[in-house]
Amino acid sequence: MAKIDILQPGLFSTIQDMGRFGFLNFGVPQSGAMDFYAAKIANLILRNKANDAVLEITQMGPKLQFSAATEIAIAGADLSPKINNDQVQNNSVLKISAGDTLSFGRRKNGCRTYLAIKDGFDTEYLMNSRSWYTGLTEKYKLEKGMALPYNSFEKSEPVTHSSVKFFSGYLDSRNIEAYPGPEYFKLCEAQRALLMETEYGIGRDNNRMAIQMVEPLVNDLDPILTGPVLPGTVQLTPSGRLIVLMRDCQTTGGYPRILQLSEKGISCLAQKVAGEKVRFTVKSQVNKKSAALALKK
Amino acid sequence: MTKDFPIIRPMGERAILIEFQPEIDEEILQKLLAVKFLVEDFYIKEKVEVTNAYNSLLVFYVSGIEDVYGELSKLESLMNGAKIGNKIYGKTYYLPVCYSKEFGLDLELISEKNQLSIEEIVSLHTAPFYTVYFMGFLPGFLYLGGLDEKLHISRKKEPRMKIEKGAVGIGEKQTGIYPQPSPGGWQIIGNCPVDFFDKNSLPPSKISSGDMLKFYAVSKEEYTGISEEVKAGNYELKVKDNHGEN
Repeated sequence: MAKIDILQPGLFSTIQDMGRFGFLNFGVPQSGAMDFYAAKIANLILRNKANDAVLEITQMGPKLQFSAATEIAIAGADLSPKINNDQVQNNSVLKISAGDTLSFGRRKNGCRTYLAIKDGFDTEYLMNSRSWYTGLTEKYKLEKGMALPYNSFEKSEPVTHSSVKFFSGYLDSRNIEAYPGPEYFKLCEAQRALLMETEYGIGRDNNRMAIQMVEPLVNDLDPILTGPVLPGTVQLTPSGRLIVLMRDCQTTGGYPRILQLSEKGISCLAQKVAGEKVRFTVKSQVNKKSAALALKK
Repeated sequence: MTKDFPIIRPMGERAILIEFQPEIDEEILQKLLAVKFLVEDFYIKEKVEVTNAYNSLLVFYVSGIEDVYGELSKLESLMNGAKIGNKIYGKTYYLPVCYSKEFGLDLELISEKNQLSIEEIVSLHTAPFYTVYFMGFLPGFLYLGGLDEKLHISRKKEPRMKIEKGAVGIGEKQTGIYPQPSPGGWQIIGNCPVDFFDKNSLPPSKISSGDMLKFYAVSKEEYTGISEEVKAGNYELKVKDNHGEN
């Protein structure tokens, strides 16, 4: 089988797909690509399946060498990718020959980019998923000297130009779209207004499990009886810390859940680095009739 | 806002949350499981995943919800049709625990704080049939109900950086087993040599919400013997079907 040798691991790179489903009852996190949208686009460009495993690359890219011919595509943050010594573009089919190296340079925008390979990475498959997760899969991040297996692919006809369009506006957007969480209406009106008006800075504590906001939201909410949480759940701690749970989050938690990000909101937040500012925009979930059914009970 | 339970509402674009009274109570668990089984029967497994905590049920839609209002109505009518009262009997699992000082790092501390001898701690911990409410926190971590009040003790102020796999601990009103090494703040009283979560099996654990658990004390020699059987792959979890005798 063909393989990619990891010459340099970069800051943090991990194999992910659309996540692990069917195991919430066992306390197993969902995992999966932080930015589903970019990961799906990378796969779509190669006519892969949406759930094929991709390499999630965070802020500083790795240096990789391919042992056999294939096609790749990169979508998400622009980390100035290079094949051998040539600059290449995100969002296009890139032809790889045996011995080629892929490296990255300056980060132009976003935080995470996705490397898809024709037919997906052929890495460890556990509990219906190839997503790496600490304590569950054998590996959880790229390390120097590691090898990633894939099936080589050679096409005789010239590469056809893909018509897949990547809408990159969200990479720079500051608006994080959310719905009211189960405990949203326990906040008083002033607190809800503050939650909307505040520009929140992305804290240094940010990883695949959670992203913390710098500015606190003073509150007197009681803890809840431990209940389900999801990627995109925004928890509010007694000290006022806003913790946005991301793909590797635990399955249950005891802090009030004040917001639930939309998928778009999760993708947008996944593209922010420490120090950037964001704002939450809360939209109501459904039409008036169902909102009454759902929220006023 | 009225406080009529259950409350049913969307939680983002991919889930609906159903909440009963916020209490740790076996009757609530029974209601929850009755609804859970109905919902599981109703949907195709690949599309919808249903999970529960103490008083809440999460219906998770793998590829998102197309029609929120339609789904809410469907779930409401399913809930109205749930026959609650037929008690769901799970199984009782018997788990060996070695409460030696080697494993029970905090036995002496609990003994001092709660004014109990170590023998009393062990007999209070092994007496109840604990109810399995759900798994969460870590893969395979069981949330159990039924810990004797005399054993309630606060968590450590500074959590330990590493707690061994199998460590049995107490945190506030709860007791549980660490299924994998992890940092943690619970007071550790022993170690269970049995793997009840195996990531390579499907399903990864036989124990599920609604089952009962009973601990029994084993000596260090017995512990070592069981550990070897577990390693060799020929240890059988001790289990009994319940038909209402608990």
